[in-house]
Amino acid sequence: MLSSWKQAAGLAALILAALPARLLAAGGGSAQRIVMVADSRGFTGVKAWWTNLYNDSHFYFALVTIIVIPLLGAILGFLTDFLLSRIGIDLRSRTLAEH
Amino acid sequence: MDWMYLLMPISGVEVFWPGLVILGLGVGMIGGFFGMGGGWMITPGLNILGFPMAFAIGTDIAHMAGKSLISTASHARFGNVDYRLGTIMIVGTVVGFESGAQLIMWLERIGRVDQSVRYGYLVLLSLLAWLVFTDIAKKKSKEREARAAGRSVDALATGIEWHKTFHKIKVPPVIHFKMAGIRCSAWLPICVSYLTGLLAGILGIGGGLIRMPALIYLVGCPTHVAVGTDLFEVAVSGLYGAASYSYKGRTELLAAIIMLVGASIGAQIGTVATKYVRGYGIRFFFGIAVIGCAVSVSFKLIAAANPGVRVLFDVAATILILGLVAALSLYIFSRFVGGARRELAMKRNR
Repeated sequence: MLSSWKQAAGLAALILAALPARLLAAGGGSAQRIVMVADSRGFTGVKAWWTNLYNDSHFYFALVTIIVIPLLGAILGFLTDFLLSRIGIDLRSRTLAEH
Repeated sequence: MDWMYLLMPISGVEVFWPGLVILGLGVGMIGGFFGMGGGWMITPGLNILGFPMAFAIGTDIAHMAGKSLISTASHARFGNVDYRLGTIMIVGTVVGFESGAQLIMWLERIGRVDQSVRYGYLVLLSLLAWLVFTDIAKKKSKEREARAAGRSVDALATGIEWHKTFHKIKVPPVIHFKMAGIRCSAWLPICVSYLTGLLAGILGIGGGLIRMPALIYLVGCPTHVAVGTDLFEVAVSGLYGAASYSYKGRTELLAAIIMLVGASIGAQIGTVATKYVRGYGIRFFFGIAVIGCAVSVSFKLIAAANPGVRVLFDVAATILILGLVAALSLYIFSRFVGGARRELAMKRNR
């Protein structure tokens, strides 16, 4: 007669061997993540590179976005500042002081 | 006219790009003038131009970060940004926003999220409009009383003075905010930003619409400093939002860049226009914007409750928002032109 620990080990081995197959059969296959893909076929140059970057890695896509946006903001801000000060508007002081 | 349409590389939609520039210009002016991101105005506009809703939100947030950065830099030169106050408030905003998002998850589980959010938004907007116009009425009444008594009202006097009561609570650390000209417990801006962040998280908005009046009425900032400091917060949270939405693949950078070209000019016009408008003038038109927003939310509620008139009220809400953008940006532009003319004439006469 088998000792109780041998019976338990045998039962555990049986469960481990049978369970994954039963779970797979019950679940009908593992769930897939939704993958979003941008169609890069119609683009060339920077646009094609950008679309491919989106398809390859959302991390680098996000990284480039958060570098480009503030950088462009700073450049455009500088340019509009320059234009307004050329017109003669004082961009450094405000005389109205009230709540 | 094909050159006026541009195929967007990520969302794959063809967009009328001058529309993006005009939308950016208009909302840039409003954002620079009132100190808010204006997501509630841009998202329906982008949706009309053809963007799916998820891309409309992501693109709006990305352009908002750049636009607010420009406005913050310009407001800072006028002495309108209290960086110390803004930095302290970021902590409360982030924690509050996350708490709000968790609350929404809970409401979603019990199946009451849509109704609760819409009605909550409407109540909040009504409260804001009441607050702004009550404050203006009280200030006018104080001015009338002072004139009758032959006195003049202090330039820093306000109608509603709740902030004075909050300033009396001296729980350490007590901090002096130089630009805002106030001295109060650091817990006041932390608690206020937690509450505004919580509301923003629940309502799914950036929060400028709530934070700007909260800075005025609860923290006690002068209007111009509230506008500048709020824009600093919008820039920081906008950059975080842009990273988050881009990582989820819902940002159309090309559209954000095109909008930013218009918004950079608009943001400067809006910021410079604050030089020529009194604080209470800004508050009044902010109140008008809040009423417009409340009416458009009411239209959306009517549309959701009555499927028979859904299209009619959805269209009416969008027309109202875009009409409001056009009217407010025209007003701001006229104040900018008038003020700049006077300033240049004064310089010539010197």
